[in-house]
Amino acid sequence: MSVVDLSQGLGLALRQLEITLRQPRGPRRILGPVSLAVPPSEVVTVMGPSGCGKSTLLAAICGTLPPALAVSGRVLLDGEDITTRPPEARHVGILFQDDLLFPHLSVAGNLAFGLPAEVRGRRERRQRVEAALAEADMAGFAERDPATLSGGQRARVALLRTLLSEPRALLLDEPFAKLDVALRARFRAFVFDHARARGLPTLLVTHDPQDAVDAGGPCLQIDADGSLPGSSLSGDRPAGRDNRPGGLS
Amino acid sequence: MSGGPRLAGGDFLRFVPALTLVLFLAPVAAGLVGTWLPAFGYLPVLGGERFTLAPWIHLLAQPGLGESLRLTLLSGLLSTLVTFALVVLLLAACHGGRLLMALHSAMAPLIAVPHAAVALGLAFLIAPSGWLVRLVSPWATGWNLPPDVATVQDPNALALILGLVVKELPFLLLATLAALGQVRADERLAVARSLGYGPVTAWVKAVLPAVYPQIRLPVYAVLAYALSVVDMALILGPLTPPTLAVQVLRWFNDPDLSLRFTAAAGASLQLLVVAGGIALWRLGEIVAGRLGRGWIAGGARGGNARFLRAAAAGPVLLLVTLAVLGLVALALWSVTRRWRYPDALPSAFALETWARQAPEAGAVAGTTLAVGLIAAGIALVLALACLENEQRRGLTLGSRALWLLYTPLLVPQVAFLFGAQVLAIQTRIDATWLAVVWSHLLFVVPYVFLTLGDPYRALDARYARAALCLGARPARVFWQVKLPMLLQPVLLAAAVGFAVSVTQYLPTLFAGGGRFATLTTEAVGLATGGDRRVVAVYAFLQALLPLVAFVGALTLPHLLLRPRHPALDRAPA
Repeated sequence: MSVVDLSQGLGLALRQLEITLRQPRGPRRILGPVSLAVPPSEVVTVMGPSGCGKSTLLAAICGTLPPALAVSGRVLLDGEDITTRPPEARHVGILFQDDLLFPHLSVAGNLAFGLPAEVRGRRERRQRVEAALAEADMAGFAERDPATLSGGQRARVALLRTLLSEPRALLLDEPFAKLDVALRARFRAFVFDHARARGLPTLLVTHDPQDAVDAGGPCLQIDADGSLPGSSLSGDRPAGRDNRPGGLS
Repeated sequence: MSGGPRLAGGDFLRFVPALTLVLFLAPVAAGLVGTWLPAFGYLPVLGGERFTLAPWIHLLAQPGLGESLRLTLLSGLLSTLVTFALVVLLLAACHGGRLLMALHSAMAPLIAVPHAAVALGLAFLIAPSGWLVRLVSPWATGWNLPPDVATVQDPNALALILGLVVKELPFLLLATLAALGQVRADERLAVARSLGYGPVTAWVKAVLPAVYPQIRLPVYAVLAYALSVVDMALILGPLTPPTLAVQVLRWFNDPDLSLRFTAAAGASLQLLVVAGGIALWRLGEIVAGRLGRGWIAGGARGGNARFLRAAAAGPVLLLVTLAVLGLVALALWSVTRRWRYPDALPSAFALETWARQAPEAGAVAGTTLAVGLIAAGIALVLALACLENEQRRGLTLGSRALWLLYTPLLVPQVAFLFGAQVLAIQTRIDATWLAVVWSHLLFVVPYVFLTLGDPYRALDARYARAALCLGARPARVFWQVKLPMLLQPVLLAAAVGFAVSVTQYLPTLFAGGGRFATLTTEAVGLATGGDRRVVAVYAFLQALLPLVAFVGALTLPHLLLRPRHPALDRAPA
């Protein structure tokens, strides 16, 4: 799977990441330890039953774990250790099951929220927003209220918003689960195409096997108790040197 | 190692909860100490240099103290019991019904109306020469003169009890409705009904035991308030002798300074009365719980209670009607030129009372408005900062913190305001804006916090997470995501805070040193023996300000937030 040599450090890598719940009687393990590597342009899928901690894993990567949860191990993005950075400084984009478009902002307002402040000038920012909408076949939707959009349109705007924030990795927390079947396949392709086009390392958590098939990348399983007993890509494909995806270490 | 780095930049937030607690608990604690010391003879500025039981002995020797206590306990306990029973009856009989929703929306504005305005409106209605008698006289009653019965300030404080029930019913009902959601009442009710229980029995057996612990503190607050109320008691309660709190206030205001010691002892007794009242109620809870468990275990299903369901809403509807009619009476009197008994309506209307009172009432309303806005603003900032801190640090508010929050609502005002006033004089801040706003904050902060807490915590946390992951700093997430999404509850909390400030009578009196006139102090002050038309102007303004604030809080978000685009311009997906 690893087209890019991970020793160069490109992409997203988890090293011995373990999540525990702080308790008076000593910490309780929630998930892990997990080590895996997601090279640029590749989609790695994590599957598991609900409640196994899939979303917790993503929260640990993007830095939004509740304070009651502690994380050990390291999260590396393009070779940098981002484990202790606040979420806004990690450059890790995430899409949730719900689009979470801000209801008080227009479509353009939502997209501009994602656009970094370094993009200066009202016209420049506006152009970036318009261009993104055009790319998604949604030109002319800038001033619309998100509430007036269809489910598919909202999902697309949510992805555009994340991409405009110029992430260096993309996390997908079952973003296709709530779309109907026909729409799901189209949006899935839309997301994967955009992620690949930007060379984003993408980590998808899901319980829908079709997601994993379409993602086309390696797939690993989390047990109900949060352990990762090997992965579906055991041995047959060489993984990065010390970062065998899904490898239990 | 997680969590920590996210706090960068928001460190000052860490100190806000402690600051808030100190800000509104310290004066209460200091005020209690400052009242108990003189109660035992120690108040050097008035020559009390050593501890003695003389104030208590003098207090207990006061004629009428026993009667004052009887009136206090009777009005406090009975009004709370009736209010609680009405809430339970109404909810058990009408759970989820359309009638309940209608009553709910009719009552919500009543919460905003200050106690004094409700009391004055009621007095204008039920007095022997009040509107109700006028409406049916003389054609139905034959009374060509007002009947010679004390319907207001009656010797058994029944008018006061009525006023308290009218005013506290909306508060307790809304608190209970909010709590019902937390205990998943609908499911409990459905289960009990499917087991064959009648609707009312199902509610009392399956929902009430779960919801009561949630509303225990609001019930205690209602009880504590009813046992120590001053402004309503001055208007509706008996005055010879009055309830304990009013009597204590009289001693505090007596030109004879030596009575301050008696007053301090009386204020301390007031605290004991409230503590005893709450203890008594708690005892009642335990007994009711014991008996209730046996009753529930008995398995009686209860009937369909058709009569009860039809009858339950009656008393509540009547009380709401009385409150609304009272406000109408205030409005009518304020524009009356001549309204002779027993005319049903004024024979001549005029705006001259308004015109004559305009300069002074305008200034007083301005003061009320300013104090209210400042207090509500400060309380809102503190509450938002505490809640944001709570969320960023992943804290959960324990039940102990909730008790702290309720402290100023449980401790009778008259029991600590004197001590706080002495303290204010010593620090030379008495009779200043600072003192008045601060004294209001003691009560505004808890209410704002209680109003805002639930919606703030209920906001889907993933919005904030999504915003953070888009690269927004926590401060930007707060200002651009949370605050706009919570605009409605935030404004409502501000309106509640404003209304609570407008309502304050005793704190304004004590902290303002008698030199700070608000609509409430004027309305209550004028109530005894004043011109009804002038009283009506002040009371009407007093009711109007909070109502305007509430209307503003409900309508502003629609004007401020971007207008929704009509579905018409919706392009095909």
